[in-house]
Formats: sequence, C-alpha cells, structure tokens
Amino acid sequence: MSDNERDPIQDPIEDEEELDFSSLKKKKKSKKKVDFEDELEQPSGTATPENEVNEDADEEDPEQMFADLKMKKKKKKTKTEDAPEAAEEGAAAGDEDLDFGELKKKKKKKKNMAEFEAELGDNGDGEDVFTGEATETAKAKDGEESWLNSDRDYTYSELLSRAFKTLRQNNPELAGEKKRYTIVPPSIHREGNKKTIFANVADIAKRMHRNPEHVIQFLFAELGTSGSVDGAQRLIIKGRFQQKQIENVLRHYIVDYVTCKTCKSPDTILHKDNRLYFVQCEACGSSRSVTAIKTGFKAQTKEDRRAAKRV
Amino acid sequence: MSDLQDLNAPYDPFADVGEDDNGAQPTGYIHIRIQQRNGRKTVTTLQGLPKEYDAKKILKKFKKDFACNGTVVEVEEMGQVLQLSGDQRIKIAEFLVSEDIAKKSDIKIHGF
Repeated sequence: MSDNERDPIQDPIEDEEELDFSSLKKKKKSKKKVDFEDELEQPSGTATPENEVNEDADEEDPEQMFADLKMKKKKKKTKTEDAPEAAEEGAAAGDEDLDFGELKKKKKKKKNMAEFEAELGDNGDGEDVFTGEATETAKAKDGEESWLNSDRDYTYSELLSRAFKTLRQNNPELAGEKKRYTIVPPSIHREGNKKTIFANVADIAKRMHRNPEHVIQFLFAELGTSGSVDGAQRLIIKGRFQQKQIENVLRHYIVDYVTCKTCKSPDTILHKDNRLYFVQCEACGSSRSVTAIKTGFKAQTKEDRRAAKRV
Repeated sequence: MSDLQDLNAPYDPFADVGEDDNGAQPTGYIHIRIQQRNGRKTVTTLQGLPKEYDAKKILKKFKKDFACNGTVVEVEEMGQVLQLSGDQRIKIAEFLVSEDIAKKSDIKIHGF
C-alpha cells in the first residue's frame, strides 16, 4: 500500500519535468512509467483509484486506459493458452518474471532519488509548486459543495476552496498561477571528448532575466568544473554532461534564484546591494536576499595533480 | 580577499536565523556534491558534517554500507570533508536523515 501512496506524489514531479522543459524525451519516459505502474497495480486490484489520481495529474488518461485494456487482454490470453501449451507457457512466464524484476529494480532506484528530492523540497521551503497544486485540485473536487446534500455545516477549508475556485473561474488572470513557466531546453553538444558545449546559455539567461555570468557561475559551482565562453556566446564546460543533467541544474537555479518565494512568480530581478544579492519580484513587489554562489570543496583529481606537477 | 571571506561569514547567519528554533545545527548546511572524474567516474564530497561526529567513524560506515572507497580530507576553511568514490549523494542524504545527524532541510544536494 505504501507504493500506492507514493505514486501520487511521484506523478506531479514527472509533470514538472515535462512542463519546465517541454522535451519529447521526457514525455515518452513518463508515459512508459505510468503504463508500468498500471501493470503493477492491476494484480492487487487497486487499479481504479490509481487511475483516478492520474486523471487529475495528467491528461494522458485515454492512453492509460488503453494500456490497461491491453494488459487485461494479454492476461486473458495467457490464461486460455495455459492449458494446451503448459511447457511453453512456463518459459514465457519465466521471461515475464525476469522483465518484471528488472523493471522493478530500475523503478525503485529512480523513485528513491525523485522521492527524496520531493521530500526535500516539501520540507525545505515548500518550493514544489506542482505537487501542492495537484493535491489541492484533487481535494477541491472531493469537497466540492458536498455540504449541499447533507445537513452539516460547511467547513472553513471547503469554503476557502470554493472561494478560490469561483475566483479562478471568474477572472483567470487574477489567480493566474496556472500559467506555467517554461524555458527552452538547453542545447547541449559535445566538443571533442572531454568538453561540453551549452549553446543557448545567453538565451536562457535572458529569458530568466538574469545575467549570463551569474548563471554560468552557478553552473560551474554546481557541476564542480570550469569552462569558458566562446566567441558565439556559447558556454564550453569541461567534462561530459548530458542535456538532462544540465536541465536539472537549471531547475535548481530557477528554484534558488529566479522564482519568488512569496508568489511563486518567475518574473523577478536580481540586483546587488552592499555585496548582497537580492531578488525582487516584479509581480508582487516582495524582495528577498539570496545567498551568493559559493563553490564548495573541490576534490583534487588526477588532472589537478598533473597540472600542479607541471608548474 | 580575506576581507571578502570575512564579510561572507556574517552573511551565513541569515541562513541560521531560520534554523534558530532547532538550535542543534549551528554549523548550517551540509553540502553533498558530485564531481566528475575521468570517463564516467565520479567522486562525492560531503562538506559541513557537524563537529560532534567523528568523521572517520562515519566514513568507515559509509564505506561499508555503500561498498566504495573514501577518505577524510582536511581543508582549512571547511574543516573535514569526506570524499567517496562514485555517486553516493542520495545514499548519504538518506543515511544522515535516518541516523538523525541532520534534517532533510539542512542537507543540500548539489550537482546534476
């Protein structure tokens, strides 16, 4: 059952990934995962609640249902075939089992990371906008004027959600937290064997209203490497990095230095005052201080030692 | 430059203000970083372990649990830093939380 409880938490995170950088790869991945979850859920007979949750979470429901149907069909087939070809079936089942085991392992590993990060986020500053929203909407649906059918009084939370709902319906631009913040995916190429080119740093920094240098400084501090900017304003990073990894770092940057903690708006400006950095929100006017980027401890690598020797 | 660092030091208490209520963490954040080595190999570094814990013993436990190598490095500004081979970030964080060495909100995981 604990697995089941975790899944709703997990899904919004996947969503977040999709939404931030609308890359096709991600979508495919998450879809696959969802399908697999259904597979897992079926034997225990809890497929329906899981599906409902997913309905709220993302709009790929029809496909999921298809996946469900497929699975059912498959199972039936295997059952009917069971009698005549017992030996073959056994082998097939063995194969399936193997697959399952592998998939399960992978899933668990990934989940751990995502889950931990999610919990970190929740505990930290409540920065995970998306998870919060998802559960909220789900709750709102449940509690939607349920007091009308009964004698009881409405509770505060019910009224609150109702108020917010009507507010949202009547003037969506006012309660416009639905507007997603999107950024072009970073375009990452490999230069030679050991260097990575991040071609659109300048563009991304511009979209975030940040100084590219600040973004670059953060990237280097987080990745624990160094690099340079070439003539075409592309960033050359030492070391091999994949697009996904850079995306992750950028996401952290956005959480730490771009979004307003008060209203979650990404429309902010970073300025320096008395050697301290402040983020001022353009939407709500609040301002907060952010920590300067600090490179932490850097482990000495073979190359460092070699470089030290050369001098 | 030394002036600069001194100025940075009083900046840190800003982070500590929020942590005043738990009191047990005067050292602030625990940073877990990852760094690329040659090829697809990586090192994980753990910085900011509270002083009351014996770094060597913790390292020993890490090495045994995560089946990896590691050392304790002394750095002037940051005290003792643990280095472990491979990407052990999540495992370290989980360990620290489960052993009540640090709170989840005090742990910062860096890197990709």
